[in-house]
Amino acid sequence: MADNCAVELRKVSKAFGNVVANDNIDLKIYKGEILSLLGENGSGKTTLMNMLSGIYYPDSGEILVNGQQVTITSPRDAFEYGIGMIHQHFKLIDVLSAAENVVLGLEGPALLDLKAVSARMSEIARRYNFAMDPAKKVYDMSVSEKQTLEIIKVLYRGADILILDEPTAVLTPQETQRLFEILRSMKENGKAIVIITHKLHEVMELADRVCVLRKGCFVGERQVSEVTPQIMTDMMVGRQVTLNIDRPEPVEPEPRLRVRDLTVVNAEGITKLDRVNFTAMGGEILGIAGIAGSGQKELLETIAGLQPAAGGSILYTPKGQPPMELAGKHPMQIKAAGVAMAFVPEDRLGMGLVGGMGMTGNMMLRSWRQGKGAFVHRREPGALATQVKEDLEVVTPDIDYPVRRLSGGNVQKVLVGREIASAPSVLMTAYAVRGLDINTSYTIYHLLNQQKQKGVAVIFVGEDLDVLLELCDRILVLYDGKVSGIVEARTATKDQLGLMMTRLQEEGETDA
Amino acid sequence: MNAVIALIFNAILNGTPLMYGTMGEILTEKSGNLNLGVEGLMYMGGALGLAGAFYYEKAAGAGVNGLLAMVIAIACAFLAGALGSLIFSVITISLRANQNVTGLALAIFGTGVGQFVGEYMRTMEGGYIAVSNELKNFFQNAPFPQTLQNIPVVGKLLFGHNIFVYLGVLLALAMGFFISRTRWGLNLRSVGESPATADAAGINIARYKYLATVMGGGISGIGGMVYIMTIAGCVWNHEGLAGVGWLAVALVIFCLWRPVNAIWGSVLFGALMILYLRVQLPIPSEIYKILPYVVTLVVLIFTSLRKKREDQPPESLGIAYFREER
Amino acid sequence: MRSHREPLFHLAKQGDVSGRRAWAIRLASFVLAIFIGGLIFLFLGHNPFRAYGEIITGSLGRKTALRQTIKIAVPLLGTALAIAPCFKMRFWNIGAEGQITAGAIGATFFALNYANRLPSPLLLTIMGLSGVLCGALWALIPAIFKARWGTNETLFTLMMNYIVIGMVKYLQGGPWEGKPGSQIIPNFNNAAVLPKVLGVHCGWIMVLILTLFIFIYMNYSKHGYEISVIGESPKTARYAGMDVGRVTRRTMMLSGGMCGLVGYMVASGANMTLYHNVADGVGFTAITVAWLSQLNPFAMIAISLLLAILDKGAGTLQTAMQVPTSISDIITGIFLFCMLACEFFINYRILFSGGRKKEAKEG
Repeated sequence: MADNCAVELRKVSKAFGNVVANDNIDLKIYKGEILSLLGENGSGKTTLMNMLSGIYYPDSGEILVNGQQVTITSPRDAFEYGIGMIHQHFKLIDVLSAAENVVLGLEGPALLDLKAVSARMSEIARRYNFAMDPAKKVYDMSVSEKQTLEIIKVLYRGADILILDEPTAVLTPQETQRLFEILRSMKENGKAIVIITHKLHEVMELADRVCVLRKGCFVGERQVSEVTPQIMTDMMVGRQVTLNIDRPEPVEPEPRLRVRDLTVVNAEGITKLDRVNFTAMGGEILGIAGIAGSGQKELLETIAGLQPAAGGSILYTPKGQPPMELAGKHPMQIKAAGVAMAFVPEDRLGMGLVGGMGMTGNMMLRSWRQGKGAFVHRREPGALATQVKEDLEVVTPDIDYPVRRLSGGNVQKVLVGREIASAPSVLMTAYAVRGLDINTSYTIYHLLNQQKQKGVAVIFVGEDLDVLLELCDRILVLYDGKVSGIVEARTATKDQLGLMMTRLQEEGETDA
Repeated sequence: MNAVIALIFNAILNGTPLMYGTMGEILTEKSGNLNLGVEGLMYMGGALGLAGAFYYEKAAGAGVNGLLAMVIAIACAFLAGALGSLIFSVITISLRANQNVTGLALAIFGTGVGQFVGEYMRTMEGGYIAVSNELKNFFQNAPFPQTLQNIPVVGKLLFGHNIFVYLGVLLALAMGFFISRTRWGLNLRSVGESPATADAAGINIARYKYLATVMGGGISGIGGMVYIMTIAGCVWNHEGLAGVGWLAVALVIFCLWRPVNAIWGSVLFGALMILYLRVQLPIPSEIYKILPYVVTLVVLIFTSLRKKREDQPPESLGIAYFREER
Repeated sequence: MRSHREPLFHLAKQGDVSGRRAWAIRLASFVLAIFIGGLIFLFLGHNPFRAYGEIITGSLGRKTALRQTIKIAVPLLGTALAIAPCFKMRFWNIGAEGQITAGAIGATFFALNYANRLPSPLLLTIMGLSGVLCGALWALIPAIFKARWGTNETLFTLMMNYIVIGMVKYLQGGPWEGKPGSQIIPNFNNAAVLPKVLGVHCGWIMVLILTLFIFIYMNYSKHGYEISVIGESPKTARYAGMDVGRVTRRTMMLSGGMCGLVGYMVASGANMTLYHNVADGVGFTAITVAWLSQLNPFAMIAISLLLAILDKGAGTLQTAMQVPTSISDIITGIFLFCMLACEFFINYRILFSGGRKKEAKEG
């Protein structure tokens, strides 16, 4: 068996700041086998594989390729060891043709023989039943064509170990089937294949062995022939943990935000939200679950007026007043209409805050326009900054110290503190506790509960199902831009959510 | 007919320094570096190229070899330009300073160096600096026999130019071939488009940026020398050279970053520069002279409106690359 | 068996640099520039100490020299102040040269046509306003294209410079020409010349007021706040409800307007006429002034004075030591290079292999 081991990871760890992405992971990848690396978002699958492909360098631990200890510090090193990875974000150059992208960075004669390259590409494409025009420019390609090109690129380099990061996310069912055929025939040729995924039916259909990660830790491995989707779900989401998050009963819930048939199409023409319907109630926390990229970001940004809606309506009903339409309004118009909406975006320093400014400057992001005259008023934001600093125990040397240099938890306290201080009637948060330590997380839950008790409609987009189940009143599950269901958080189970997120009930068992 | 031929002939003569300046900057910009110091590089190349030829002749005396003088002039100009852009490269690539500001500093520094060398030679050598007529002819006359030049109509247009015209065309063709057909050219383009992607493909970003910028600077430097040794008549003439470097930056845009376009682009710009001398039109001559910039601006606007991907500036132009930025 | 190699060193963005350390690095780069400049003097066969002494006395030694130095510094400072808001917004306006020229044209129009008809203070005011307006409109053009179609502003503003300079050349030889064939615009009537205060045209008072204005505008006004946010992250700006295109256009108009004012000062106060080289490279040099000052208006006073001293002082080396005037550009270039390079050592630190794990934990 030792001869058959293509790659071995021994006690590999990687941390980003104080967040441990991978904790002492042992993993073996065998030749002639398809390994599925399974886990929820943020479980550390991609980070782990990025250490094989040369994107990251492990903090500790060893990597062995074919039994030899190696150091992989760049993608080029990875290629030398026959490791090729296809990332979710394609690494292609738009203005170059497919063939040019394929030979990019390769050694060889000075003169480019694109004909020979094209011929070899076509041969690869034919062998694996791909369709690819080598002369086509990348900017003319669809997402799936780009992925095909990425795969050809790796095959062209003769990789023996192929890592695919959620490859089917962008493929049609037919293309997925074709990809699986390729992967199987590559397995027949003795290549080692790792597929990162959170779709259980793909694991069942394709993989030989499955390794499960959860929160940066290795949970276990099984032969696929010996497991059921149920067992894998349990491994993936873990046993339900009791977090002891307070959940006060909703106070006089009343409809605050009615979203009807909301459809959002992004700049590339891809439908990110497809006729979404729900009602957020004042005085309750509505959780939103779903695998990453299911439309959470678009949903919140469209409500906040930062993205245009392609269709549908967003009706906002203030307490005791007639409803008003928000769809089609800019953030300033929404504000001018008297809608007290607070939004804690996922990208804290890139969108919610100005990294180079201090707390005061960031408090002004909401109030800068207020007051008469040409000058900004610093006194109130300054007072607010001091108050937020004290109330939320923000650790900063000074309220004018650039927030970029604060730790992740303190950055989030500044952001949440500011948004809550605006006395919102709707509060939207995206991944509000991502990367935060336990104490700060509880502070955030507490703040959200306070808002809820004040009658605010809180929308909480989260990734940790345990938190969603204990904090929220109801949970909406998004799948591929559609609502796959809304459940009562008090009675729902983790399995139930996991299945709704992966649509195992409908697709996994019927379509697969 | 003769007037037209004379116009084209002179347009080519006046456009040639521009062609070198532009080709150098195209090579530089292809690597994602926007070097606004071309004006300074051309000054340096002009002054040091002249110095090289002059001092060689002074040392060689009567036994002066025209070809060797030319090689020395080219080498001096190239080295001067390369050295100037090496300073730029160290500060922007390794030390990641702002490219616009560094380029402008180089423009100030380079024009100073060029002007200084020109003046210094004049002071040291007492008054007037000029190479011998023999050498001058070698730089300025066509390398082809008179019989070829005497062919009616096309003779002068095809065979009547100084040697730098032909070398420039060859260089432009070679550079075009290099960028579009060779492995290194492909890598270079990818560095200018998306250094992160190129980095992931195992391309040494710094090496490509350094090489392209330094070589490009050298080629721009040759352009300055060509101006001094042909149009200016082998004497230092900073007034004539003033602005050529900036025009070269404009021509890069006009050429849509393609070296082969620099051949006819420089002829067109050369024509616009001298048109007022040749053609009587009810337009004031100074308006002619801004036409190259206006035309460039129109091209710039037009390409940004059309958004055709091939015609855009290299995607990462002007942006320093740092792998661990995130 | 073991092919274990670690990268020798890697770079990391410096988080927290103490002000003292940053200034020490800057001082070191300054000393280095003086040293390199000294080497050049030595190479040319001159005593570097004497050369630097000449530069100081030649620029500050006598009253007339000092006045000349200030006259050089005034447009540099004014233009650097004008550029600051654009650069803060990460809008690379390198068209100051042209905006200065446009402003000078605007001012000259009234100087030539209304000199005998209006009282001097009114005329000077109108000239100033006209200069500001012309500069602002000239700067607005690239801003519109940038905001609407994303046209590269660096290249756009660069081209605009030469177009307006060409227009002055046309005016010089055409409609505004003085003596036919002279290619020179006649000197302004005394009514159109800025009065002198303490021996230097009163533009120096204007730029000092502008320094204060820009300091307040950038740090305390709503506009300044918008500019800072957009410069850091246009995404955050949109999140906060700012109209990025509008702010871009407005800021460019402000910048161009201030450049136009500088053009007016130079034409009316220093040259008393308009000619094509009215900007004389100030638009470019001022960019380096603004950048090296970290966009701090008060630091700009110091840096523009420094460059003016180098310019004026090195210019006197010609007569004192027979060194060509252009040495001033070389010395200026060396100072700029050294100061540009030193920012790297303030912003980044070099970590050798050993420091790696520690870095990751600090995160």
